[in-house]
Amino acid sequence: MNETPAHYTRTAIALHWVLALMIFIAFPVGLYMVDLRLSPEKLQLYSWHKWAGIAILVLALIRLLWRATHRPPALPASMKRIEQIAAHAAHHLLYVLMIAVPLVGWMMSSAKGFPVVWFGLVPLPDLVSKNKELGDLLGEVHELLAWGMALIVIAHAAAAIKHHFLARDGILARMLPFLK
Amino acid sequence: MKRLMTAFVAAALAMPATAVEYGTVDHAKSSLSFTSKQMGVPVDGKFSKFKVTLSFDPAKPQAAVAGFDLDVASIDAGSQEANDEVVGKQWFNVKQFPTASFKSSSVKALGGNRFEVSGPLTIKGKTLNISAPFTYKADGKNGVFDGAFVLKRLPYGIGEGPWADTSTVADEIQIKFHIVAAAK
Ligand code: HEM
Ligand code: HEM
Repeated sequence: MNETPAHYTRTAIALHWVLALMIFIAFPVGLYMVDLRLSPEKLQLYSWHKWAGIAILVLALIRLLWRATHRPPALPASMKRIEQIAAHAAHHLLYVLMIAVPLVGWMMSSAKGFPVVWFGLVPLPDLVSKNKELGDLLGEVHELLAWGMALIVIAHAAAAIKHHFLARDGILARMLPFLK
Repeated sequence: MKRLMTAFVAAALAMPATAVEYGTVDHAKSSLSFTSKQMGVPVDGKFSKFKVTLSFDPAKPQAAVAGFDLDVASIDAGSQEANDEVVGKQWFNVKQFPTASFKSSSVKALGGNRFEVSGPLTIKGKTLNISAPFTYKADGKNGVFDGAFVLKRLPYGIGEGPWADTSTVADEIQIKFHIVAAAK
């Protein structure tokens, strides 16, 4: 185990923050757009949401590949075992959700009969055929998973901030090297 | 002389096969569908209630007449939300203009099994001339007509106000018709 590196790679850090930023935008846009009355603005926001969401999916897959080939630094021994388990569980869940949320979004779009044309240029295949009931169900699942992800992100960020100000163990600086 | 005779006989034999005039439209087997483009995304829709009148003899296409009356409210624009929207004032204004209609003024042969129908199309109280190519094919006792053309929505005022912006919903709507008719 002493082979684990002391740092996250720059690639890991860049992917972490680019994805975090994009998810922070896609989530409120999703919440806002669904309550709009049908209008050109609504259609635009739906498209932007889907384009950003597919970009998140692509980046998340790249990130997963990077993670599979690069070990993250070990958590400090000062953390209790239960805390380490919680941190790992949260990270794993976040990896699952950053794939599942956009993937279910894409499936929902297909089921609702609205193909995804990425950035208005690249037509993506339909993952399932048109089926209203399935589309509505996947919409619920998308919403639920997105909220689940939001809650874990809040806990995750709160933990990182707690590490920084209370435990002062340099965890936040591993993801934000300028804090060092 | 003999050559001419065989040609006559062949023509006479061939005639009965084509000398059928189609006119009884099977609405259950016919369809009127369209594809709009929203933010570059093709979205399929259709009309479920329409009445087609047709009289078509493949041997005399120039004598053919065709027309339809369409119950605009029977539109399926791809989602419930869209259906609620497009019957409204800015789109089809169904309350004031419940039907759209077409009456052919000419049908011409384009060669082979291809033809073109032209005539005035009235939607939302506006009448404009359109023409649409179509193919004809005999299928047992039925004649099957398939056609497609591009209709521009803005000249009809379909999608006014903020919806006139063609960067969200394109001006061009792809229309497809599939009509099955039996002999009269
Ligand atoms: C990580 C990426 C994504 C996040 C965080 C996210 C988040 C959300 C949220 C919070 C909503 C509002 C749910 C509601 O209140 O009903 C929403 C709705 C929606 N999302 Fe996503 N989404 C993501 C990716 C995608 C993708 C990739 C697609 C499709 C390609 C997509 C398609 C949709 C659609 C169509 C809706 C509206 C559903 C409806 O009209 O009921 N999303 N999204
Ligand atoms: C949508 C938002 C976010 C997602 C999806 C996310 C996801 C993740 C994941 C999966 C990891 C684990 C990396 C690994 O070891 O493989 C991680 C690590 C980390 N995240 Fe986030 N994160 C988000 C937002 C944030 C925010 C807002 C903060 C800070 C306030 C933060 C701070 C950190 C820190 C400090 C680490 C490193 C933990 C360690 O050193 O073991 N993250 N994040």
